[in-house]
Amino acid sequence: MILSVEDLTVSFDGFCAVDGLALSVEEDELRCVIGPNGAGKTTLLDMICGKTKPTQGSIRFKEYELTDMIEYEVTRVGVGRKFQTPSTYEDLTVLENLEISYPKKRGVVGSLFFRRDAALREKIDEVARRIYLGDQLHVKAGGLSHGQKQWLEIGMLLMQDPELLLLDEPVAGMSPREREQTAEMLNGISTGRCTIVIEHDMAFVRMIAHKVTVMHQGKVLVEGPMDDVQSDPRVIEVYLGD
Amino acid sequence: MSLDIVVMQAFNGLSLFTVLALMALGLAIVFGLMGVINMAHGELMAMGAYTTYLTAVIFERFMPDWLGVYLLVAIVLAFGVTFAFGLALERGFIRFLYNRPLDTMLATWGLSLIMQQTFRNLFGPREVGVPSPKWLAGAWQPTAGLSIPLSRLFIIGLTVLVGIGLYRLLYSTRWGLRIRAVTQNRAISGAVGINTARVDAITFAIGSGLAGIAGSAFTMLASTGPVTGQQYIVDTFIVVVFGGVDSLLGTFSSAFMIGQMQSWLEFGLTGSMAKATILLCVIVALYFRPSGLFALKVRR
Amino acid sequence: MTVTGQRDRAREAVGLLVLVALLVPVPFLLDDFRQQLAAKYLCFAFPAVGLVLLWGYGGILSLGQGLYFGMGSYFMAMFLKLEAAAQTNTGSALSQFYGSNLPDFMVWNSVESLPWWWRPFHSLTFAIATILVIPPLFAFLLAYANFRKRVGGVYFSIITLSLAAIASIVIIGQQGYTGGVNGITDFKTFLGVDILSNSVKRVLYFVTLGVLLASVLAGRALLTSRTGKILVAIRDREDRVRFSGYNPATFKAFVFAVAALLASLGGALFALQEGLASPSLVGIVPSIEMVIYAAVGGRLSLVGTVYGTLLVFTAKTFFSENFPEVWLYLLGALFILVVMFLPTGLAGLVERLRWRPRARPVNASAAGPALARPARAEIDAPVEVRGGRPA
Repeated sequence: MILSVEDLTVSFDGFCAVDGLALSVEEDELRCVIGPNGAGKTTLLDMICGKTKPTQGSIRFKEYELTDMIEYEVTRVGVGRKFQTPSTYEDLTVLENLEISYPKKRGVVGSLFFRRDAALREKIDEVARRIYLGDQLHVKAGGLSHGQKQWLEIGMLLMQDPELLLLDEPVAGMSPREREQTAEMLNGISTGRCTIVIEHDMAFVRMIAHKVTVMHQGKVLVEGPMDDVQSDPRVIEVYLGD
Repeated sequence: MSLDIVVMQAFNGLSLFTVLALMALGLAIVFGLMGVINMAHGELMAMGAYTTYLTAVIFERFMPDWLGVYLLVAIVLAFGVTFAFGLALERGFIRFLYNRPLDTMLATWGLSLIMQQTFRNLFGPREVGVPSPKWLAGAWQPTAGLSIPLSRLFIIGLTVLVGIGLYRLLYSTRWGLRIRAVTQNRAISGAVGINTARVDAITFAIGSGLAGIAGSAFTMLASTGPVTGQQYIVDTFIVVVFGGVDSLLGTFSSAFMIGQMQSWLEFGLTGSMAKATILLCVIVALYFRPSGLFALKVRR
Repeated sequence: MTVTGQRDRAREAVGLLVLVALLVPVPFLLDDFRQQLAAKYLCFAFPAVGLVLLWGYGGILSLGQGLYFGMGSYFMAMFLKLEAAAQTNTGSALSQFYGSNLPDFMVWNSVESLPWWWRPFHSLTFAIATILVIPPLFAFLLAYANFRKRVGGVYFSIITLSLAAIASIVIIGQQGYTGGVNGITDFKTFLGVDILSNSVKRVLYFVTLGVLLASVLAGRALLTSRTGKILVAIRDREDRVRFSGYNPATFKAFVFAVAALLASLGGALFALQEGLASPSLVGIVPSIEMVIYAAVGGRLSLVGTVYGTLLVFTAKTFFSENFPEVWLYLLGALFILVVMFLPTGLAGLVERLRWRPRARPVNASAAGPALARPARAEIDAPVEVRGGRPA
């Protein structure tokens, strides 16, 4: 069990976004978190990656207590986050975006004397191929299409080589064909890693999930394989009823 | 140190506080709403001061019998002129720098240079003074040792009045409601139909008008020259930043504290060292509490 | 517009060569007076180059570089003054009595003995060490303390502004120790070499030019390194960079320190050449003026900024001599026009004019994506980060 969340709670001005949440994910597992809007899914990821501080609770990742750490520290211990809207470094090229994500020499002095050696160049090429941007290495990220930017971000995460991968709606805004490609990409990427994906597209979830967690009003409603969850009456009510 | 001296020192601090408070209020409102710092804010104050001077001159030439009331007319005029100028400024210039706060600082600095030179050309490089109205001459002497100039009492009264007026404007009128709404959440305010562009313009104009009143008040304390505005601008920024941009009370308290500190420190140190010490203290204080004295707890 | 594309590199190299070609012959083509003016202008190119790194590429607008320029000039001035004081009659007479040479302004201000913090400046090594170490160290600590707390943008600019104001106030106020509003002046020699002679000034000109060129090249090396790319990433998307595992505070503080070092170098060379360290180059007015040198040349172009500085100063000298009233109007207008219509300065103009417009990336504004505010992804500055517009 590589990620263990316990009693996680956070409130914003009285609104309880996440309420005593408990969750655990294994290594080599791809967990999809679904739920209606406002269920607290993105807030959960925010807390894991250090962007938001919970008011209560614990997030244990390997031997680290993530609630004590800030963003770059959390990243350095092996957590990688992909955001809802693509956030690549627009003014840098695809190559530079990937290179920046390489998880070595992240201090000022280290970066000053950092040299791009052949091994790194090979890795960049390989990752670029996997994200279908192998021939776009010298294009500025700002010039890519929406779908390509999403892939670039996944590529940046691959370079970072995190042990825990957090993806927030990775196929938002993509065409069906792109979704298929992304599903393939993700299935390949998540081997050997612990992956949490927030998504709304049920077909996509079915393509990738090992296990699904349904959140509602800040808590876990149901957990289990996709088939069980989809036919669970509580889930149906929460999505369609009321 | 006798009580009289204590009171006098405290009082000096109050006079400084009034000008700082009026300047800072105007700046804080604009900064809180639009996130822009108008580096020409000091020149707006000077504009108010020069307007007061002109009013005095006109009264002296054409209506010498009415000289007693010139100050009151001047204050209203100062507000009007700087309000109108601020409105034109926002519509014609500032709004094109929307979302570029650093660039706005530079552009408004350029404006302040232009304004300073204009003052120099129109009014000459030397400082000008205004006549003190008769009813403000003299001092209030509650005890033998205390002599508080009436003019200073007047300014304090004016500042308090403006503060109350501003408070009522912001919390009891529709415009105030709009301003507060846009300050807190621009997107939603726009979505519910508030014309945010109008709010920006009016708020900037109000902020400028307040600087104008500050300038008018300032004429009672000292003479005005082309670079007078620049001399107060750093203090004003510090007051705003120290007080936190979210509350009027914060700005007022900040101005009060800084005014008092300056006055008391001047007692022991030279004027320049006192000023330097204050600025330094505030910077250090900001390190420990970056959001200022009275920052509201903001939601992430 | 990063410094990595081949075309960009070629253009920059050409610009640099042209600059060198224009500046090297100056002492041979212009009279002494104008050559010394050029030398003075070059001193101000140093803080401007620093601002290109700090503001153009780092996104940090410092309105107080005068503080560091002042540090450099005053440290150098203190060394030169002590050397000069040893050569005057008053100085040496007093020195026999008090054990050390007193600069003339101290004598005038009835200062009785050399303050302890002046004493080490008898040594050139010490003076150079202070010029090279204290400004960047101070700058780094100041910047890191602030950036760690996510103080940035407008707030940080105001802090830099205030520090410059404080320095200027203190210097003027403590005239017994600093020479006050007149500054420290009347130097005679530098290690025995007469710095008032024209031939030495010519040498100083080349020294300044050389150090400036070295600085430009060093700046370029910084920008092409990984650090440079990270800076650009921080400028455009600071929060995203945290999630790439970097601590933005150290990088920003580093570039701030570099800019301070450059400004200090410029100040030291200025004191050497002009024979003056003055508070009028420390406060907010000169500090903000330094920004315009960078802005006119192009805040994203190291070489362009040198051109810009020279241009602005030439204009300043010309107008101040012939139409003094016009100069402030012009300078003010320059601020406004450059910010509103020419954000990438003359260098940006050159780029646009020389090459045929090629297909631009989808979301690049005319001023370049670097200068438009990045789209507000939800990872954009949390409300705690001061300096942006409040939510």
